[in-house]
Amino acid sequence: MLKDITLGQYFPGDTPAHRLDPRTKIILVVLYIVALFSAKSVISYGLVIATLIVCVRISHVGAGALFRGLKPVVIIIAFTGVLNLFYTPGNTLVQMGIFRITDAGVRNAVYMILRIMLLIMGTFLLTYTTSPISLTDGLERLMNPLKRLRVPVHELSMMMSIALRFIPTLIEETDKIMSAQRARGADFESGNLFHRAKAMIPILVPLFISAFRRADELAVAMECRCYHGGEGRTKLHVLRYARRDAAALTCGCAITAGIIVLARLGY
Amino acid sequence: MKPILQVENLTHTYGVGTPFERSAVEGISFEVGEGEFLGIIGHTGSGKSTLIQHLNGLLKPSSGRILLDGKDIWAEPKKIRNVRFQVGLVFQYPEYQLFEETVYKDIAFGPSNMGRSGDELDHCIREAAKLVGIREETLQKSPFELSGGQKRRVALAGVLAMEPKILILDEPTAGLDPAGRENLMANIQDYHRNRGGTVILVSHSMDEIAQNVDRILVLKSAHVLMNGTPREVFARAGELLSAGLDVPQITRVAMALREQGVDIDPAVYTVEELQRELLELRKGGAAC
Amino acid sequence: MATMIETKDLAYTYPASEEGGKPTAALRGVDLKIEPGSFVVILGHNGSGKSTLAKTFNAVLLPVCGKVYVEGMDTLDEGLLLAIRQRVGMVFQNPDNQIVANVVEEDVAFAPENLGVPTEEIRRRVDDALAAVGMSDFVRHAPHLLSGGQKQRVAIAGVIAMEPRCIVLDEATAMLDPVGREEVLSTVHRLNREKGITVVLITHHMNEAEDADRVIVMDDGKIVMDGAPRQVFTHVEELRDIGLTVPDTVALLYGLRQRGVDVPLDALRVDECADAVARAIAK
Repeated sequence: MLKDITLGQYFPGDTPAHRLDPRTKIILVVLYIVALFSAKSVISYGLVIATLIVCVRISHVGAGALFRGLKPVVIIIAFTGVLNLFYTPGNTLVQMGIFRITDAGVRNAVYMILRIMLLIMGTFLLTYTTSPISLTDGLERLMNPLKRLRVPVHELSMMMSIALRFIPTLIEETDKIMSAQRARGADFESGNLFHRAKAMIPILVPLFISAFRRADELAVAMECRCYHGGEGRTKLHVLRYARRDAAALTCGCAITAGIIVLARLGY
Repeated sequence: MKPILQVENLTHTYGVGTPFERSAVEGISFEVGEGEFLGIIGHTGSGKSTLIQHLNGLLKPSSGRILLDGKDIWAEPKKIRNVRFQVGLVFQYPEYQLFEETVYKDIAFGPSNMGRSGDELDHCIREAAKLVGIREETLQKSPFELSGGQKRRVALAGVLAMEPKILILDEPTAGLDPAGRENLMANIQDYHRNRGGTVILVSHSMDEIAQNVDRILVLKSAHVLMNGTPREVFARAGELLSAGLDVPQITRVAMALREQGVDIDPAVYTVEELQRELLELRKGGAAC
Repeated sequence: MATMIETKDLAYTYPASEEGGKPTAALRGVDLKIEPGSFVVILGHNGSGKSTLAKTFNAVLLPVCGKVYVEGMDTLDEGLLLAIRQRVGMVFQNPDNQIVANVVEEDVAFAPENLGVPTEEIRRRVDDALAAVGMSDFVRHAPHLLSGGQKQRVAIAGVIAMEPRCIVLDEATAMLDPVGREEVLSTVHRLNREKGITVVLITHHMNEAEDADRVIVMDDGKIVMDGAPRQVFTHVEELRDIGLTVPDTVALLYGLRQRGVDVPLDALRVDECADAVARAIAK
């Protein structure tokens, strides 16, 4: 049951998108977000949507999977839409009692909903085509320059990858603990919010204690394998930029720059 | 012996409709008599774990029925919790589920959920503690101060305190050293004999099962392979071995002796028994 | 050749776990020499000090008194820590809590990465290590989907990738089912035979000691028996007194002997035992 929750489904594959360096993809997503939040008009939004469609094509993602990725945020999307629809000042189109829908309201609602959807879909593409380990590797390499500012880049990256490694294990353990407490008559389904919160204690306490114990044991195991921090570490997989990365980054920069310019010009 | 538990044609299928569809248990049927000590043995993946979680209603059958005292446990799905109070299940490494501030409070969790309180609750807790050998002073300690073996006893007491009609134990001695194993199994045997409760023991260890149970249920690949007394099951040692299961080392000695022409009952499964038979033979003169 | 591991009057005490409690003496003067290439099993009940002893072999625990030498290197010397840990690898009891990475090959690469081994060399070591434990087919698998025995084999591969001279298995089979236990045992026996890696196996399962070169029995922080398995298992009463058992074969032979049947006590294996018994009965 709980096992079905995966952090941004990664689907292994050999598409052009998969073969891009993770750093490229991370930077592209950042550029994409900048473009998305700069977009003001139908033209710019259209450009963003077109870019997304192209990316979806080269990732071989099914439209179904893409839209299913929106499920968790349906409520936020609806909420944002409603908020913008009814609370934006402008020329009134429809009036229902105290509720007013304006032309600006409709436009804003559409744009906001689009923004959230496109944002989620974009990041979905990132996690779909990039394995968690590549992502953390990519982030670590990108953040490397921060080392000069005393930012513990290696440690942060190690923390991230270990956390990712243990998520399925902890989920499995949660399932086991829940079954064991259910076998003693625990009830996690019924009762008001307060009851349900209290019912979490027999799960959270053992889980936390177990997590700390795991951390202890893992630390010893890592030291026994000569771990001594980031100094002097080499890597099995070394990230290297290829021509396709240069091409992709150039396109990304061009599109984003274009949208910013359009926005400046009022479009 | 009146059956207290009846499993009829139980099947449980995971991932129905997906490419990962598979049946963890298929068409399993057997009965457990009241007061019986049943052993369940099988490989990892044979369906043991799925099976026992059906017996206390943690899992719902895809098809088939589970009858407790003649009544289908899923007849009233909303009341399935009550079944869990009558069929107590102790998982593997149960010490990892302790969570309360004191041993006393942790043992209280089960009976409290049943609605027990006051003196009745106190009585359940102290009785259960006595059954597993937890001393009075230990009741007020934090469970996290205790050793692994003691924690396991607390977890066991937590289920015994619900005074279940049937007690199911999944690998209760996993990870314990020989002395610890002997101790715990002795406790369980005492419980079985003195309370006359029905006990189901799931184990990987043929030796452990052989020495303790009245009947053995052998599972293989989601099906029942054998269902009989230890004698009956070990008489088919060859089948067990080809199914990739082990037999007690002493049974293998008996089999080897038989191959050498020594007239030994092949279903021997304890050292004492084989020893007795050999001494008898010797007294009788020649053996071949 | 230098001894692989040597301890001299080794003592270790755990600090008191609670206020006003007493510290526990886990090791009380242990003198031990482990030769390179040997397969040693250390037996003992829980609390006998066997795990504590294992942890002093690669400086996870440092001696409170006495010394531990790994190929002549003193474990108390901080500067030699990495060298010692590269020589003596350790595999722990919980298969999950020693796997660091999301992907099998990344986890096996962890140790060589730490040692600054160049990338191509890491690749070679990872592939060789996985082949040595029979897990080559699982190179890019996610570790959490593996069985207990498979996870432990990956852990062993992770240790071999450091190219150690000795592997210590600290109750590494305790949480496994019989199939998993068999996988791990045959793997380490093979590594010992084919690559000459010294193996020290800490366990409380008597039958794991049957195929060892040497069995060391511990009780109450001291070594109480030390010898070939056949020799050690004949001391049936002493083993029972310290909370251990003997294999069924030895128990049978001992019982028969006590009733006047002339059988040797060291016919450990099933076939040897059956032979010995058949002969004695025929007399």
